[in-house]
Amino acid sequence: MSSVKDWAVPNPVSENRSGIIGKSVDRYEGRLKVTGTAPYAYEVEPPSTPVYGQAVSATIARGRILGIDTSAALASPGVKLVWTSENVPKQAARGERANPRSQRASNPTMGSDAVEFYGQTIAFVAADTLENAKAAAALINVTYDAQPATVDFLASLDQAEMPPGEDDTEIGDFSTGYRESSVKLDETYFSPIANHTQMEPCATTAWWDGDKVTVHTSIQMVKGGQHALAETLAIPSDKVHLITRYIGGGFGGKGQSYDDLTLAALAARELNQPVKVAYTRQQMFQATIHRPAVQMRVRLGAEADGRLNAFSIEAITHCARNVPFTEHAANFSRSLYASPNRLTGHRLVRMDLPGAGPMRAPGEATGMLSLECAMDELAEKLGLDPIELRIRNEPTVDPETGKPFSVRQLVSCMREGAQRFGWERRNPLPGKVQDGRWLVGMGMAAGIRGNFLLPAKAGIRITADGTVTLSQGMTDIGTGTYTILAQITAETLGVPLDQVRVELGDSDMPPAPGSGGQFGAATAGSAAFETGMVMRRTLAEMATGDPNSPLFGVDPTLVTFANGNIALENRSESLSTLIERVQPEGVYVEGSISPAADARDWSQHTYGAQFAEVGVDVVTGEVRLRRMFGVFAAGRILNAKTAKSQITGGMIWGIGTALTETNPIDPRYGSFLNQDMAGYLVPSHADIVNVDSMFLDEVDDKANPLGIKGVGELGICGTGAAIANAIYNACGVRLRDYPMTPDKVLKGLIAKGL
Amino acid sequence: MHTNLTVNGKGQALDHDTRTTLLDALRETLNLKGTKKGCDHGQCGACTVLVNGVRINACLSLVAMHDGDEVVTIEGLASGDVLHPMQQAFLTQDALQCGYCTPGQICSAVAMLKEVAEGQPSQATHDLVGRISLTDEEIRERMSGNICRCSAYPQILAAIRSVAGDVV
Repeated sequence: MSSVKDWAVPNPVSENRSGIIGKSVDRYEGRLKVTGTAPYAYEVEPPSTPVYGQAVSATIARGRILGIDTSAALASPGVKLVWTSENVPKQAARGERANPRSQRASNPTMGSDAVEFYGQTIAFVAADTLENAKAAAALINVTYDAQPATVDFLASLDQAEMPPGEDDTEIGDFSTGYRESSVKLDETYFSPIANHTQMEPCATTAWWDGDKVTVHTSIQMVKGGQHALAETLAIPSDKVHLITRYIGGGFGGKGQSYDDLTLAALAARELNQPVKVAYTRQQMFQATIHRPAVQMRVRLGAEADGRLNAFSIEAITHCARNVPFTEHAANFSRSLYASPNRLTGHRLVRMDLPGAGPMRAPGEATGMLSLECAMDELAEKLGLDPIELRIRNEPTVDPETGKPFSVRQLVSCMREGAQRFGWERRNPLPGKVQDGRWLVGMGMAAGIRGNFLLPAKAGIRITADGTVTLSQGMTDIGTGTYTILAQITAETLGVPLDQVRVELGDSDMPPAPGSGGQFGAATAGSAAFETGMVMRRTLAEMATGDPNSPLFGVDPTLVTFANGNIALENRSESLSTLIERVQPEGVYVEGSISPAADARDWSQHTYGAQFAEVGVDVVTGEVRLRRMFGVFAAGRILNAKTAKSQITGGMIWGIGTALTETNPIDPRYGSFLNQDMAGYLVPSHADIVNVDSMFLDEVDDKANPLGIKGVGELGICGTGAAIANAIYNACGVRLRDYPMTPDKVLKGLIAKGL
Repeated sequence: MHTNLTVNGKGQALDHDTRTTLLDALRETLNLKGTKKGCDHGQCGACTVLVNGVRINACLSLVAMHDGDEVVTIEGLASGDVLHPMQQAFLTQDALQCGYCTPGQICSAVAMLKEVAEGQPSQATHDLVGRISLTDEEIRERMSGNICRCSAYPQILAAIRSVAGDVV
């Protein structure tokens, strides 16, 4: 295994001789997207006329199916098949792993007559047209034996248990430290269930060729999806060819496959014809994963000078009864502020809901809604500026592990943001700034999100015409992966950017873990870079070993690559000339990246500071964002334009979290109350005014050979708390219950006599 | 049943199910998959197309209602290899990420500028008599029927602003 010391050595990306790294180049696949010619999973052209599938969803949260009358559906025009748990083709039992080295277990659909959540697939129809499939699906008549279901989180907190395999972390003696602190804060915060609401519903187009199935599906993890389907169908993984070239948004919700994939593959096999299945928008809400609600108790004990003496976050969250998942709302805080006495941990309530799962910055996105409000409240108690309070608690080493930070620019983020935002104009007394019927206030919050590197591979082919093609079983979910991989490949090999092609999202390609956890760019990018370095060595050996090359006989470690040429001083030839002469069929190499053995000797994170100004309507309680600015430190930035789009998009997600997004459960049925985009309110154009961001210069040489880190999730971290703090500064109403909708604000205003 | 319509300048004679929406006719029958299905309920705007120059949500409209109509989709905006100025602006300003809402955003923006030029007021129009001034507030209000979950809104605003001068 390598060491991070190897990564600190200058390399083509860190030297960036042609200047492609960091440049605001246009999105690689942008032209396809603005012309509507990028085919998403449901739009791929199958080899013959497809059949349309439609899943039917359960309308109870827990119980048993007593009977399903499919006769009317079967008699409906154009219907090719109707499946229920009684006649769906056999699949491996849930959780089974038959294939060696499988990354996922089987996930059968309609495996029994049991209903475990509202929205679960209980029947499936395939027909010659979409209209016929939908009409037949509506004719299926189900009778249930409904049983009592646990669907009310706040009423079930007494059932909270320690999550499997987890434990609390305690450093020092929290209870003594807290008791002896001169200033104390003990508050409880709530963040509700949230939905990813990707624009593209989950969809699959599938067809078989003999015993091998080809599936185009919308999934963030290619290998995971391939293995999951292979396990479910009980066939070897190499009999599943999974392709996912374009994805209409993922945000964690498409980190796994759903029944559209299984049903399309099963039906295509049964009918010997291509099958297309898409979830409806309603099924997206009811039957894919969601971010679970979290109740967070924060206790802070400080000395009069603001230094924390005791620090605790205890989070209670929920997951599906049989699908363990913990929203780790306390984990990030273990690295954020210094305090000698600390206690953090999680408890989990099992509920009869669809699976809870990761959604953009799982843990941090929710956790910071509590702690970063609590810090604002503590600052007020202490009479300190909120930024000053945070600076006084800036740790020199990771406060829980004692490890050094690889690089940490949190204080710089806050200072730069304060200056650019005009923080000094903030009146620390709430309710003092009025603009007509609006009370105006400013708030800030810190942000932190971890950095990860996973094992990945890549392949590079150079053909005799000089075209360089990077291929990787990676995905681009709108994050800019295509673009940054092209930039890394071009700079590593010293070729013009327009000579580089990128092919992603195919299970036949060298595997990468996919998009998620903010690890995509670092992981896939490092693998592309390492593969580029293998290609450089291969080409150097080829040229210096070929008597017809001007570089014949020179030391291969000394040659350079620039402008599409391989060179040493005044001797040079183009890569295409070299390859055409020596290996006209082209050169293909693979390379890989693995985490360095000592990488975890450092505490590695990305950091940010979020600043918000809001107006609160004193008559209606409506909150309008006036402006927002974020300053972020996330390693070397590969593409200033796409990175800024990513991080600003994350901030806007945080605005939705703060002000509008929630999905309560209907206690009568166990269904989500909001099952479409008219009820579940994500930010729209008119909500978003003057949101801007910037990155600080940074290279994290402990992160990976490129010194880069992820930016996909950092932007949402702290945003909601900055807005909560701005609302308090505007009108003196402290809300600890997200989202901060007008009814809650108004209640606070009335209580204050405003 | 039978419907004749023009799509991107080309006459189309469709024999179709009475229940077929304009959106599904475009995507599944005419193979014009640039128009996206995001919600199928007129809530997200991903299916925005131009019918006789006016933007509509294709999912809320049956194809049977469009006999004789002229439909323009995202595939009909560019002139050969030359992108429509709005498409080029979206590309240059990085007004997209996953790209799924993008065709709808672009079609919507093109029609929106025409509505402003024709003097059609919006909720954000303060002066209902004079020439409409294309403020940022006007653009945001008029584009609010097109959701972008990746949240490229600031760049979409910049893209529209960059071409507005040529059009309005």
